[in-house]
Amino acid sequence: MSVSSAILDDAERPVRAFRRKQLFRRVALLPAVIMLVLLTVVPMLNLFAMALAEISVSRGQTEWVFRPLANLSLLLDDTQFLTATLNTLLFTVLSVSVELVLGIGLALLAASVRRGKGWIRTVTILPILVSPVAIGAMWRLIYSYDFGPLNQILEAFGLAKVGWLSETSIALLSVVVVDVWHWTPLVFLILFAGVEGLPREVIEAARIDGANRRQLLRHIVLPLLAPAIAVAFIFRSIAAFKVFDQIVLLTGGGPGTATEVLSLRLYKVFFEQNIMGYGALLSVVTIAMILAFLLTARFSLRWLEARNA
Amino acid sequence: MLELRGRSLLLGRALLALSVVFTLAPFLYILATSFKTEIAIATGDVLFDPTLGNYQQVLFGRRSNFVRNLFNSVTVAAVSTAITLTIGLLAAYTLERQQHSRLVSRVFLGWTLVFHVMPTLTLIGPWYLIFRWLDLYNTLTALVLVHVVLNLPLTVWLLMGFIRDIPVELEDAARVDGCTPFQVFRKVVLPLVTPGLIAAGVLAFVFSWNEFSVALTLASRAAATVPIGIAQFAQQFEIQNGPMAAASMIAILPALVLMIFGQRFVVQGLTGGALK
Repeated sequence: MSVSSAILDDAERPVRAFRRKQLFRRVALLPAVIMLVLLTVVPMLNLFAMALAEISVSRGQTEWVFRPLANLSLLLDDTQFLTATLNTLLFTVLSVSVELVLGIGLALLAASVRRGKGWIRTVTILPILVSPVAIGAMWRLIYSYDFGPLNQILEAFGLAKVGWLSETSIALLSVVVVDVWHWTPLVFLILFAGVEGLPREVIEAARIDGANRRQLLRHIVLPLLAPAIAVAFIFRSIAAFKVFDQIVLLTGGGPGTATEVLSLRLYKVFFEQNIMGYGALLSVVTIAMILAFLLTARFSLRWLEARNA
Repeated sequence: MLELRGRSLLLGRALLALSVVFTLAPFLYILATSFKTEIAIATGDVLFDPTLGNYQQVLFGRRSNFVRNLFNSVTVAAVSTAITLTIGLLAAYTLERQQHSRLVSRVFLGWTLVFHVMPTLTLIGPWYLIFRWLDLYNTLTALVLVHVVLNLPLTVWLLMGFIRDIPVELEDAARVDGCTPFQVFRKVVLPLVTPGLIAAGVLAFVFSWNEFSVALTLASRAAATVPIGIAQFAQQFEIQNGPMAAASMIAILPALVLMIFGQRFVVQGLTGGALK
């Protein structure tokens, strides 16, 4: 190797290194971007196009007819969609608030006993990992009118049987109970990790200053837990808003439309009534509602922060 | 530090014990039901002669496809988890170490957030049409692809958190020693992020194993997975409560195994986001 080429190599090395770095970072993100574009962005655009059309699928052939107003006029008279929206909101608010209260309480309680923490954590993992479908199947048997253990207990005490899933006024609450049973463990787990991670010095300092247990919880522990509570709240709200699986297994939306939620409504419009164009419009409306909620939440948080600052 | 004493300690213990009982009771009831005959279920007997009939019917019954469902579920969950982890880790690493312009990372992360918040059922219509058009309707491939994108947002966020904990000095040192960016990634980052990969992988696998709505709409026949199998027991006209309980117990097995052997990773995965 001659002297001149060695000098040239040295001069080129940073350039080559720079190019390699460029290459790696571009290639690294590419697979994820391609997957997301093909399977989420394109379907999303497709959804907007579908919402403007009437689509019929027959013998494997799809036929599109451009008819935007037809779908819109369907939407204006659709009380079932409105019911589903209200049911979803009710379900989300009820189940998430109960889960948060129980989860926070249990996490503080578990942090206050010296032994058995590992056991409690082990047990709580189980429901979190089990599929909503299996949970739905289990609770369907538990709620069974004729032979479910709940009604057996009522009968043993000489009380009348209850149609847990068949009475309009109770069905939604029964479904909420299953969700609370299924997901309080997750809230507990997140908050328990939060409690275990609290700075000991702060709590000791407050105690030395004479704070009693109630003051300690109210003024020190809960404010320090706020971020973990927020995470649990957001996680659970998002998932509760999507609820589908358990409801299909438990009630299928019934009795009547008592437990019909948004996801179930979309499924029925798409695959039972087979009106795909209108289903797409409902999907667009659902997405718009969620985006509006996200943006409002974000701006109100900013506004609160600005006001407090 | 919040220790209770005396009578309130007893009360606290009792409440916790009660919540453990409440959590486990439904599982025990279904376990018992899965060993009962249809008659014993209908009469609500507490004492009964245990039978393996339900499991036999689920696994070997002439009209049951459950073994096929199990095979499909394992395949879809394993393949989609492997793909999600690979493309998710590459994305998370370059995003966390700010190797992309602000615009690229904001658009990427913003879109994954929007997609994660949308109910899965909103995109079911387009997916159905697209996979029919591609001739992939009712195939495992379609399920794998959709499960990958459904899992991608959480996987990327979780792994970004784990990568944040790796000291950047280690990567700088390797770079000074002459490693290419890919070598830095493979020899420094990959070994250190392994616990994170296991945590994210466990969650992705469980999610895919449990996923119902996409399987129901894109793959309800030959490619049907375990949740579809359970739902079919619930929706047939003749009473199939025993087999349904048995199928649910079989579906729970991976969760049980993870609870016993992978607790640390599950807890890390589930609480990772909350503590950072």
